Amino acid sequence: MKGVLRTLFSAKVFILLKVFVLDVLFQRWLMRKDFLRWLAHMCIYGGFLLLLLMHGLDKLITSVLFDDYYPTLNPFIFLRDLSALVVIVGIAMAFYRRRLSRMPRPKTTAIDYYALIILSLIMISGIFLEGTKIVSHSRYQDMVDEYTGLQDPEELNALEAFWADKFAVASPDVKEPFDKDMLIEGEQLHEVSCAGCHAPPQWAFMGYGVAKVIRPIASPLDRANVHTLLWYLHFMACFFGLAYLPFSKFFHIFATPAFLLADAVMEEGKSDPANIATKQAMQFDACTHCGDCTTRCSVAVAFNEIPNPNILPSEKLVAFRSLLSGNGLSEKRLMTIQEGSHICTDCHRCTDVCPVGINLEDLWLNLNRYLAELGYPKPERWARKAIEADFDLTKLKDRTLSLTTVDKGFTSALTASAQASTFTVCFGCQDCTNVCPVVGNYENPKKVVGLLPHEIMHSLALKQKELALGSKMLWDCVTCYICQEHCPQGVRVTDVLYELKNLALRHLMAKTT
Amino acid sequence: MEFALFLGCNIPIRLKQYETSSRAVLEQLGVTLVDIPEFNCCGYPLRNIDLKAFVLSSARNLALAERQNLNMIVLCKCGYGTLRMAQHLMKENTSLREGVNANLAKEGLKYEGDIQVKHLLTVLFNDVGTEAVKKKVTRPYENVKIATHYGCHALRPSSVVQFDDPVAPTIFDQLVEVTGAKSVDWSTKLECCGGPLAGIHDELSLDFTKKKLADAKKAGAHYMTTGCVFCQIQFDAVQKRIEAHTDSNPHVPSILYSQLLGLCMNINKDALGLDRNQIDITGLERFMAANDPGLNSA
Repeated sequence: MKGVLRTLFSAKVFILLKVFVLDVLFQRWLMRKDFLRWLAHMCIYGGFLLLLLMHGLDKLITSVLFDDYYPTLNPFIFLRDLSALVVIVGIAMAFYRRRLSRMPRPKTTAIDYYALIILSLIMISGIFLEGTKIVSHSRYQDMVDEYTGLQDPEELNALEAFWADKFAVASPDVKEPFDKDMLIEGEQLHEVSCAGCHAPPQWAFMGYGVAKVIRPIASPLDRANVHTLLWYLHFMACFFGLAYLPFSKFFHIFATPAFLLADAVMEEGKSDPANIATKQAMQFDACTHCGDCTTRCSVAVAFNEIPNPNILPSEKLVAFRSLLSGNGLSEKRLMTIQEGSHICTDCHRCTDVCPVGINLEDLWLNLNRYLAELGYPKPERWARKAIEADFDLTKLKDRTLSLTTVDKGFTSALTASAQASTFTVCFGCQDCTNVCPVVGNYENPKKVVGLLPHEIMHSLALKQKELALGSKMLWDCVTCYICQEHCPQGVRVTDVLYELKNLALRHLMAKTT
Repeated sequence: MEFALFLGCNIPIRLKQYETSSRAVLEQLGVTLVDIPEFNCCGYPLRNIDLKAFVLSSARNLALAERQNLNMIVLCKCGYGTLRMAQHLMKENTSLREGVNANLAKEGLKYEGDIQVKHLLTVLFNDVGTEAVKKKVTRPYENVKIATHYGCHALRPSSVVQFDDPVAPTIFDQLVEVTGAKSVDWSTKLECCGGPLAGIHDELSLDFTKKKLADAKKAGAHYMTTGCVFCQIQFDAVQKRIEAHTDSNPHVPSILYSQLLGLCMNINKDALGLDRNQIDITGLERFMAANDPGLNSA
């Protein structure tokens, strides 16, 4: 609180103001990055804001600002439809970007579509409501009763004929073709009684378009009171959107500006650590799941072969949030987060590209630290530990190898690979072990690394899966390729170890979960 | 001479000086570099996890360079070795290559296999040539002993990487001698820096690093020189960490080859980024012949 007050009463208030105008209202960062996306976002956000302030809150705002406000008068009647059109264009662009963009994108989830669907529903129900009201004879009758004070049946007929002819009201009383004089009289009556408060409905060009289309079936619609139904639908869609807002993507409307403002005035090392922590917590809500990070991610391409969505930064953030929410995640889920989180090269590209400026790199560091605390460190490190606990190779001399543990599927997985299958030509000369600098690093290497390189090759020949995958040597290999270079038989020792590591990870993960 | 410059993930964020110094040196030597911003991870960090993912990651980079019909120049030895290995595996195994291409096709890319992957040092040695490099050396070093660190993944497996003779390589030493410095012979010259085990088995990783530092010192080296991201991090940042914990560190500062060469080519200090190294290497200038600006304009 002190920090907030101190900021408000200092020169920083100008920074806040600048950030609010340029970044929050005008979103210049987005415009610089991707003009089309900025346009789509501005269409939705600008159009909707105008609708909300002018139309949704008209009793609170518009009628206070303008004494002679009537929603049926220009410019309001026109602006309402124009704003709706702008929002619809924006939504269409957003749909297009999600569906048809060729770049690899994060998975579009229901949450992403929810925002677009609810907005579409509000817009479409509004336009149809307007259209049905334009053609509705009962709405026309209500307005005549309320505003004109006309009694004479002939005058009423003339006015109705004029509205039916010019403004698409579907009248059951008057029929075309209309008498010319009657229309002239109707027009005069319209000028006196209606025009003051009602611009021609053509100005509501979208609703009028709908009116033209549905006019042939206007009478049954009117009898079924469809416009009231649509009013409820329109109202409920708005209400539902509002009620669900804190739980949906719409929440970024508040979280993102708050984060941008906090980020502009907080300095690492200077601001109160508690405030910095709050800012970090805000990052999760500030994410709009736009997917820029994933599009730019250096390892996203791996997702094609390792279908773990937590590789992708936009999904990893979601996983981190659920991890922090305190609900115990299953071991399997934790391990997929672990795998995804460590297939990351800390290249910083996601952080550089984030339109909201979330420090993703920082989040990943924290995520890895947190996962390590939970017992899920870097997979290689984890595998090394798991092997240490699981396989006690020092007991081997008392054990006779049973042929029943032979796993043919295991070696066939290896022989499918040209490089891994080279183990078959090993004749046990032990050159690989003799030149290995890891082996050479220890007085008693067997005790430390388990099976020595040539023994691993030998265990493959014997189809001993547990032995081959259970040697710590796999994870102690520095991949210097000296063994491979020296092998007189052309066994690609290092590459065999690489493939064994791939298999061991899968094996250990399957075993644990 | 035109190449697509492959930086990988670490250089832009952790070893910027390798990029800036290499660009400056190559520009002086008439090598044109093309940047391809779509490049991704070379695949090296994926090798322990999944072979297919590693090859796909490499192949996407290769396909991107291929699309512009450019050979690649790689600064990092692990990146170099990984890209070469992926090329080799895809040549050897057509079904692997088809699987990769099926994935690349989603982006409209295809790997054909007709570009070359080169390392900074092989470009300097084979494409530019030591004579041409020597002509640009205006302030040669005198009486400085340098230990060259070849880097495993560039050197081996030799049939795949084709960098130099795997048992008795010389190109790095020759490139060092061009600068006037003396390249010392040392016993663990061709061994691992320890980098690949950092974060997996730190103790063993440090055993390697310490042993190499001690060996380089024993051979009388004033400095060590590298041409690889991981080796340089190991001998610079990690050595500094070692020094913080022990008094007995031999202290052999490491300099990137592009910095070593750039300095005696009289290249702008900002581009060389000497002060970005964790361990101070500015002392190297003491070993330089008197500055002759007249030569520089040549």
